Amino acid sequence: MSVKHPFIPWLLVAWAAYLLLPWYVQEDGFWSMTWLLDGYLAEEDYASAIVHGFSYDKAWLLPLGLCLIAPLLALRYPKYNPAYGRTLIASGATGLGWLILQGLAIGISGWEINSLESLFGVLETRQFGLGYGALLTAVGFLVVLTTGLAARGAMKGDVFVTSAIGGVILLVLVFVFYPVSQILFSAFQNEEGRWALGGFYQSLTSDSIWGLSCLADNRSCGVAWNSVFLAVLTGVSTTLLGLAFALIVTRTGFRYKKSLRLLTILPIVTPPFVIGLALILLFGRSGIATQFFSDLLGIEAGRWLYGLPGIWLAQLLAFTPIAFMVLIGVVEGISPSMEEASQTLRGSRWQTFRHVSLPLMRPGLANAFLIGFIESMADFGNPMVLGGNYDVLSTEIFFAIVGAQNDQSRAAVLAIVLLFFTLSAFFIQRMWLGKKSYTTVSGKAESGAAMPVNKGLKWLSYGTALPWALFTIVIYGMVMFGGFVSSWGFDHSFTLQHYSDAFALSWGEFGLVWEGQAWDSLWTTLSISAIAAPLTAAVGLLTAYLLVRQNFAGKDVFEFGTMLSFAIPGTVIGVSYILAFNVPPLELTGTGVILVICFMFRNMPVGVRGGIAAMSQLDKSLDEASLTLGANSFTTLRKVIMPLLRPAMIAALVYSFVRAITSVSAVIFLVSAEHNMATSFIIGLVENGEYGIAIAYCSVLIIIMLAAVTGIQLVVGERKLRSKSSASDQNKKKLQEQFA
Amino acid sequence: MKRLTLMALALATSFTATSSFAKNSLNVICSTDSEWCKLMETAFEKETGIDVALVRKSSGEAFAQIRAEKRNPKIDIWWGGTGDPHLQAAAENLTQSYTADNSKGLLDWANRQATQADNKTVGIYAGALGIGYNANILKQKGLPAPVCWKDLANPIYKGEIQVANPNSSGTAYTALATVVQLFGEEEGFNYLTQLHSNINQYTKSGSAPIKAAARGETTIGITFMHDMIKQVKKGFPIKVVAPCEGTGYEVGSMSIIKGARNLANAKQWAEFALRPDIQSMAVKAKSYQVPSNASAVVPAEAPKLSDVKLIDYDFATYGSSDVRKRLLKRWDTDVKSLPR
Repeated sequence: MSVKHPFIPWLLVAWAAYLLLPWYVQEDGFWSMTWLLDGYLAEEDYASAIVHGFSYDKAWLLPLGLCLIAPLLALRYPKYNPAYGRTLIASGATGLGWLILQGLAIGISGWEINSLESLFGVLETRQFGLGYGALLTAVGFLVVLTTGLAARGAMKGDVFVTSAIGGVILLVLVFVFYPVSQILFSAFQNEEGRWALGGFYQSLTSDSIWGLSCLADNRSCGVAWNSVFLAVLTGVSTTLLGLAFALIVTRTGFRYKKSLRLLTILPIVTPPFVIGLALILLFGRSGIATQFFSDLLGIEAGRWLYGLPGIWLAQLLAFTPIAFMVLIGVVEGISPSMEEASQTLRGSRWQTFRHVSLPLMRPGLANAFLIGFIESMADFGNPMVLGGNYDVLSTEIFFAIVGAQNDQSRAAVLAIVLLFFTLSAFFIQRMWLGKKSYTTVSGKAESGAAMPVNKGLKWLSYGTALPWALFTIVIYGMVMFGGFVSSWGFDHSFTLQHYSDAFALSWGEFGLVWEGQAWDSLWTTLSISAIAAPLTAAVGLLTAYLLVRQNFAGKDVFEFGTMLSFAIPGTVIGVSYILAFNVPPLELTGTGVILVICFMFRNMPVGVRGGIAAMSQLDKSLDEASLTLGANSFTTLRKVIMPLLRPAMIAALVYSFVRAITSVSAVIFLVSAEHNMATSFIIGLVENGEYGIAIAYCSVLIIIMLAAVTGIQLVVGERKLRSKSSASDQNKKKLQEQFA
Repeated sequence: MKRLTLMALALATSFTATSSFAKNSLNVICSTDSEWCKLMETAFEKETGIDVALVRKSSGEAFAQIRAEKRNPKIDIWWGGTGDPHLQAAAENLTQSYTADNSKGLLDWANRQATQADNKTVGIYAGALGIGYNANILKQKGLPAPVCWKDLANPIYKGEIQVANPNSSGTAYTALATVVQLFGEEEGFNYLTQLHSNINQYTKSGSAPIKAAARGETTIGITFMHDMIKQVKKGFPIKVVAPCEGTGYEVGSMSIIKGARNLANAKQWAEFALRPDIQSMAVKAKSYQVPSNASAVVPAEAPKLSDVKLIDYDFATYGSSDVRKRLLKRWDTDVKSLPR
């Protein structure tokens, strides 16, 4: 029966949850099982929905039970009967809708909506956040709904695809749209919470945002133009540098490819502020390099670093690797047969690159630029340290909320402006890519290894990428050095004090004592990131699969929704999460869950973009072959597509793991005493001027993340695209083994 | 489908949330330096056995969080941080009034601030604004040492001075309000426009200018004096100047959150934090503010408030939302946007 009606097991789970599990959130934490031992069935706090409904005056929970019985009516019909699907859709949608409505309508102090109170009178009881029971029941309703939709012909009747789409939509609605709408509404409200459209218009068109006086005289331009200019600059330059690195690694005989790869990972495993501080110590007014050149050339040391040049330099250091990670998968994936065809037709290497390879890289280039642009727009740490008088939107938003203005509606207005730009970039990118095909990996047999690039391009790549690599090494050398001197940039006598302050261990009465002040936040950070990374990668790649391989109504809106959270600056996300999830129905603040969820939905877009770029290179005939041979779409995804997506998977895993460790602006608002993250702890140290400990801590984080990155790469492995080179490698290995 | 199961399971496993609303605990948000926060936490836990969950956030961040959590507060008490946001929280009814037994021994300025806020907040320390300069760089550039606020408007200091942006920093807003109170609004803004041409950068964070001065990135910084002393103690060549015309000050405050779940413990913390012996400990955490309890030991390094000419800072007027908005707007249009 379960094969015939795949929703049945899910329905059983939902029943069990409704009848047995505590409906509301548990104060001791979701994973604590104290409720089982401590008065389960007797205590009101641990009661299930049905008990609440009958014994504790929460009659509004009872209709949910009816919605759980209703799907059984569908079993009367054969699957092809429209009534089967309709019954499931009706019961699933009603159940889910009712569950959400009652959660929003009745909160911690009775009715949440005034009109309901006047209609039904004051409510005596109240409800807390939803717990296990409610969540599992909701999952059950969702599956019933999507099964019904599939039965009515959605997604060609594919239950897995329909459920996946439904699940992702629900998650994005709850964890992106709901919180963001909370804060965006405040743009239209004045301080007393009343609607004020005039104020909105006034602040939206303000000169401090759109002013162009920098063109006329010495004044500074509006923050919007500053941000856009910086973001375009960063987007273009990171893409070009990333491309240079990708070409060196894939298309030249460069000897130190492995170390180059490692080097490009470095900046993303770097906690914020560190690059900025290192740049100040090198190029600041009293910086080492500045002093050297001012002595040498006899010019007065200046403050050129503070402002656009400094932020751009730091962003270039930080975001080039991301462009590289996006591009390398794409450059690797370009089929040599196209290039060979071009050469057979007497195309020179340059012509081949210009007219064959480069156009095939378009999705990669566009995605790399988009990510660079958006990252730069939302970047907070670098403008904070190096901004000088060059104001950008992200820092303005932060200080509109936490600064002396405390003006949430101004922050919301600025956030809308920022969103406008990032979304425009997104649409321009889509227009540029158009509807062309970039497929190069198909099921057909292929031969040949990737073609090396021509000389000029090779030296151009070397000339840009290698000095950059050297520069990165110098910066990191400075950082590592900074942890071992007593006062970085001032007193360079050797000390281990910073490390012992942060990571001291001692042997006490009851065993090991974690004495250092950094341990707490380190463990929290690592566990939360480790939980968030695979979840992020899974949701991201699943979404990419749905976007590339499936066609459904509203796909564009769906794609837009999944990209939204990336385009919103962390500060806005942080505050909107507090506004949305501090009160029932979802009471998450102060927990680790809110951090995990925040990371998931903030970093998911990178998984999505990387997945889309890689997947648009895989020929659909591969899926079709698998489907024709009788596999269902889930098996196809798992056995055919996933193995070919390894680089994208690595990228998504690595990226989400390190981003969870290094992100700042959203985290500041979501950390709590029990779940403090490394970055927010480090900010405290930096604010305090404790650079030594901060840098020591950062160095340790860098090393941990590097280890993790290499670990992930080892576990997931590389994909084998072309049989020839790998086969010859294997043969060589075999031969070597035989002779050894 | 399996994927969804996995996701649901993983999501569930990640719900390792624990809340600390258990019997004997206290949730503190702390806005001083983390070292001082840690010191207070340990001392309080040791003395009372109450389990303290403490998180450190800057006063702006703390205020933003408390405001966002208004309908369902998770914090019991907010300790430390500049007085302005505390006063604002009081004005917005986010905190509750409580008169501690130990508030009898408080200095005049602390009592005054508490009365103004209807006892919803109380001063725990004070710090005065000052001028700090890097002695090495000043000498290298052959510049005279500034003594008064007016000196800073002298064109010889062009591009050498740093102060925070009052839109983002409470410290800088205090400086703005101080100038307005010292010279009057018209004359004050006149002075600020002259000062503007000497400023090399308006930083985001209040204490950033003196850190930049310590590392030679700027020559002169305007911040609170205790932030300067911290740099001096670290061995940087910083000199601290109390401006000759007089100067404004902040009152670092403490407020009990309205709707605190551990109210009794929060009150206990409030009493604890006002005790002279506890306030005297600050110096151990390298914090050199002037304590609010008259019997507390003033750190030897702290600027003697008796030597500093303090203005009669009007917290009620300059802390109010209207005046603040007006001054900031005027500063934006009349000062910030001018070319240098």
